[in-house]
Amino acid sequence: MQATSDEVLIGRIASGDRLAMQVLFARHHVRVYRFVLRLVRDETTAEDLISEVFLDVWRQAGKFEGRSAVSTWLLAIARFKALSALRRRPDEELDEETAEAIEDTADNPEVALQKKDKSAVIRKCLEGLSAEHREIIDLVYYHEKSVEEVAEIVGIPENTVKTRMFYARKRLAELLKAAGIERGWP
Amino acid sequence: MNTINGEAPERRDIEALLPWHAAGTLSRRDAERVERALAGDRELARHYELVREELSETIHLNESLGAPSARAMEKLFAAIDAEAPVARKVSFDFAGRIAEFLSSFAPRTLAYSAAAAAVAIFMQAAVLTTIAVKDANQGPMLASSGSGETHLVIRFTPQATVGDITKFLDVNKATMVGGPKKGSLYVVRLSDTDLAKAELARVVERMRAESKIVEFVATKE
Repeated sequence: MQATSDEVLIGRIASGDRLAMQVLFARHHVRVYRFVLRLVRDETTAEDLISEVFLDVWRQAGKFEGRSAVSTWLLAIARFKALSALRRRPDEELDEETAEAIEDTADNPEVALQKKDKSAVIRKCLEGLSAEHREIIDLVYYHEKSVEEVAEIVGIPENTVKTRMFYARKRLAELLKAAGIERGWP
Repeated sequence: MNTINGEAPERRDIEALLPWHAAGTLSRRDAERVERALAGDRELARHYELVREELSETIHLNESLGAPSARAMEKLFAAIDAEAPVARKVSFDFAGRIAEFLSSFAPRTLAYSAAAAAVAIFMQAAVLTTIAVKDANQGPMLASSGSGETHLVIRFTPQATVGDITKFLDVNKATMVGGPKKGSLYVVRLSDTDLAKAELARVVERMRAESKIVEFVATKE
């Protein structure tokens, strides 16, 4: 049986259908949560933000024009909410988080490498990327967004999307090299 | 040299597309371009394996992040319930439902359907004309077509959603056959036969009890 499309659900939500809202939430909330969590790095904040994202959908469903996929629209709202939350966060807290991230990438990959676990090292280095680089890697590899969709979510030209992805991967290669994994690229 | 600015433009373009090729999000045309390049360039193919490795670990990393607790959903629906009723358009949207229904068919099926629809519209026009004439003769509360079927006239509440109305019709084994007419009234077929008086009265009473969904139900013996 064919599942109701996201676009149909949005139409029903625009009419005030609470059940359609539950279906849409059930379908997308985990991925939206993970996208936000990778940006804000705090589970409680990420949970609060996804409630806000879907509340915006409830309020704005009537304005959805269907020019992009609903999942793309959700991630664009989520990104805006996450960046706003990060801007509200005190500098002190951000400094602590940055320090933790640096500490993570400096020590843990080497420890993992000693255990010959290349996969764990790659994941640790992925966590050590900047928010901008983490974001684009996640959108392309995990959220399966096309060049055009990433451009829409992040609000940058399509050529910049490709360039940013290249530099994110280049930075990842540098972190891997520092952790003892030479991949021969770039 | 493997930098984004230090290669032939075509190879550089292909290399930039490798992450999207691995994720399966390229257009067919671009995917074929990449496939052709990979088939004839061993260095590019080796690079592609690195991309696939990154893709795999990114999925692994994200999947290990877990899921939000039920608190997120509770908070969302508490906020929705707390909101003042939003002025939304009347939710029973025939055009929307027809569009939704048609969207599930293939183009060829739709072509045949269009021809059938033209015939159906002609037939429906004839039926509606007959009903209108009967309305004029028998008053606005007419509910039985006199064809051996049992019909009702219903007006739904402005708050009733498409889901509410669909469920209401299902529960009462009723089918929407016309409307909206003047006064936002809809014609509903209740049975293919003339229902007994007592049975009809019982169904109407049951429907009237659904005051959140219907605000008016009428029938004619």
